[in-house]
Amino acid sequence: MSALSAERLSVAFGGVRAVDGVSFDVAAGIVFSIIGPNGAGKTTLFNLISGLCRSHDGGVWLCGEDVTALAPEDLARRGLSRTFQNLQIFSHLTVIENVMVGRHRHEATGILADLLHLPAVARQNRGTRKAAAEALGRVGLGDAAERSASGLAYGHLKRLEIARALASEPKVLLLDEPAAGCNPVETREIEAIIRGIVADGVTVVLVEHDMRLVMNVSDRIHVLANGRTLAEGTAVEIRTNAAVIEAYLGVRGAREAAGAVG
Amino acid sequence: MAEFLQFVFSGITVGAIYALVAIGFTLIYNASDVVNFAQGEFVMLGAMGTVFLGHAGVPLLLAGVVAVLITTVVGLALYRWAIVPAREADAVTLIIITIGASIFLRGVAEVVFDKGFHSLPALLGSNPIRLGGATILPQSLVVLAGAFFIMVLLWAFIDRTLFGKAVRAIAANRVAARLVGINTRIVVGASFALSAAIGAIAGILITPITLTSYNGGTLLALKGFAAIMLGGIGSAVGAVVGGILLGLLEAFAAGYVSASYKDAVGFLVILAVLFVMPRGLFGKATVERV
Amino acid sequence: MSMLAPLERFRLLQRRRLAAAGASKSILLDRFRLLRRRRLISLVPIVAIVIILPLLFSSAYYYRVAALVFLFGIAALGLNLLMGFAGQVSLGHAGFMGIGAYAVAIGPTAFGIPPVLSFILGALLSALVAFVVGRPILRLKEHYLAVATLGFGILLAIVFTNEANWTGGPDGMAVPQLILFNWPLRGAAVWYWILAVSFLVGAVIALNLINSPTGRALRAIHDSEVAARVLGIDVAQKKLMIFVISAVYTSIAGSYLALLDGYITPQISGFLRSIELVAMVVLGGMGSVAGSLVGAAVLVILPQALTLFDEYEHVVLGLIVMGVMIFLRAGIVPSLAAAFGGGRS
Repeated sequence: MSALSAERLSVAFGGVRAVDGVSFDVAAGIVFSIIGPNGAGKTTLFNLISGLCRSHDGGVWLCGEDVTALAPEDLARRGLSRTFQNLQIFSHLTVIENVMVGRHRHEATGILADLLHLPAVARQNRGTRKAAAEALGRVGLGDAAERSASGLAYGHLKRLEIARALASEPKVLLLDEPAAGCNPVETREIEAIIRGIVADGVTVVLVEHDMRLVMNVSDRIHVLANGRTLAEGTAVEIRTNAAVIEAYLGVRGAREAAGAVG
Repeated sequence: MAEFLQFVFSGITVGAIYALVAIGFTLIYNASDVVNFAQGEFVMLGAMGTVFLGHAGVPLLLAGVVAVLITTVVGLALYRWAIVPAREADAVTLIIITIGASIFLRGVAEVVFDKGFHSLPALLGSNPIRLGGATILPQSLVVLAGAFFIMVLLWAFIDRTLFGKAVRAIAANRVAARLVGINTRIVVGASFALSAAIGAIAGILITPITLTSYNGGTLLALKGFAAIMLGGIGSAVGAVVGGILLGLLEAFAAGYVSASYKDAVGFLVILAVLFVMPRGLFGKATVERV
Repeated sequence: MSMLAPLERFRLLQRRRLAAAGASKSILLDRFRLLRRRRLISLVPIVAIVIILPLLFSSAYYYRVAALVFLFGIAALGLNLLMGFAGQVSLGHAGFMGIGAYAVAIGPTAFGIPPVLSFILGALLSALVAFVVGRPILRLKEHYLAVATLGFGILLAIVFTNEANWTGGPDGMAVPQLILFNWPLRGAAVWYWILAVSFLVGAVIALNLINSPTGRALRAIHDSEVAARVLGIDVAQKKLMIFVISAVYTSIAGSYLALLDGYITPQISGFLRSIELVAMVVLGGMGSVAGSLVGAAVLVILPQALTLFDEYEHVVLGLIVMGVMIFLRAGIVPSLAAAFGGGRS
């Protein structure tokens, strides 16, 4: 069974078709990348899948369940999580509190218990903090736990978002340009983190501009251009696809991509 | 029918003043993102200034002009001493600063003028004109004509002059406006001055009908604020339509429901509109980018 | 380090990080236990002040002013939960003060409900009203939220003014005394202790909330609603919840004010009162429990001191409000905390 399927997703903003009839199917436990030039509709596609905007057509299925009309919070409770291209950090919270918010769907105390700080809340807070610390450790931010999130460097904020999403224990994780603005060393660390996530059985859908990273980690790649599907296949297939090379990678990009595996 | 017409007359008269206050709000908001709660004090200063200059023996027309000029200077001072030092502050902080300014100006008026109610003689006398079974005060016509005149002038100013272009550029994108060489400080300062002048004129026009006192500004500011919310913040057309609509609503509420609940009906309708259209009648929908 | 090939360097880093993560886990848990104990430590100075202050009071007047500070501290704390933590402004919160106040005034006189029960019913009624109006109002943002809450507050004030049969109209009405176990509560000193303890209870509950899953969710909503939603937080429901809690705090403060004064007028829920509450929150410090009390102290004591200025009272008040908002923008308590290198208060 596929972890995530999208069918004929379409949305237009002021007459511009940002996403136009895009369909794909993501098998469970793989890294599925969506690439395309700027403005191809990648982030909009993420917004459609995660319920932040509505498709005019078609639908979305999460592990076989129709989740087309669901709100983001309901999708999250069914195991879909995501990060953001332009960072959506809770800047007034500490680093670990950010990740603790990610545990929200696993926390079960009522408001009265919260107000009175009943022992159950204390116990649960401990559990949440422990799980959050583990998630931070997985992205290498264990040392920064008690720092204010607003004080972290950009690259660390990217990883903080991943840790926060991981803490919610998603079945499917959407990563929106996790390596943007990272240097090559940091990009490799992101790659290792992604591999670790997939190894735990989480399905990863990745939007990324760094071709080296995409070619290295992806099991399948879906190429968008002007809101439409251009091609889909394995890294090798995409690298050798004439239409993709011409429309998107260009000659230089193709050489780079080839170099990445060579 | 005559009754209905009567309510329309009084509603439009009051609505025109709300519209002027709302226009003042909009002018400042578009140039600076500040919601200026001292807008009502501009109205009060114009009216009280004219009254007291008149008492001091200054001919009324001259008194009006001087009062408008003084209010304009107050508007500039408000910008220079209260808004400029607080730039980068968030919207709520700025609102409270202007509320502080409003309390301050009210306090000054209390000391400089007095706590009583005052009126001005109506420009065209006070013999009601009969129209379709209803009556209308000549001063209402003066208010309407004055409001119309100010709005046309303002529209021409914003639409046809370089200053207007600068205001629109700043409203669209402050940073870009600064980059192309627009001196945002001068433009924003001018919009405070202009807004103060419009408020003062509105105050002088309406005083023969509604009287004025040192604390008459607060409710007007609230009504003007409500009007721009009804119309959609930042929209000049919205401000005028919102103001007149609010005036009409209140007049009908006072006439058909209960005079003591006239203010309540106005706010009820605003709540209802906002619940259905969370960005007002003319507000643009914004898309949050993530 | 720079001599190592990137890949080796990365492996090294990764190994070090993993080790660090393992070590930091136990340190973290230790630190957490400390934090848990520290959760209420910020209240120790307030408790000390509550106990020491009466030693300095030479007359009932001082008790009364201090009692009012704690009273408005409760209201400001309630509003601060909404504004400072959840990031939702309300310019109409005095409306809830009015509901609480008129409940203890009308309940006993018109319905024969005992004052204590009226007090509780007032809080419940405020919660109910907040629950009903909260959902549509909290969908709004920024200035629209400001005008909607403002309109709500004014609507209530108009109702209190016009329903003279119940409320005595603009002139107000007398409030029967609160009698606990045949012991009538009167005298400024008695109210001082009642209100100081009530504030402390309110502060403990607020601190509990802030460090709970609900509190974290609310603070998250403040910073990014979108991120909160994709993490499974029902934003509308959480906002409504905090609006109701905040209304109850403010309503209780209103009931206390009516009982303390023995008399109320519709001004209790007027626009200026709402602004005063907002100013207390921003002045003291958004998101600061101690700040709520400091903000209340400034705005309660100031007008008392300003009566010295006689007719210049409003001039000075206006100047101070402007000055503090311009120069102490972050609020008094956070500004001081930053100045003295302390952490969050």
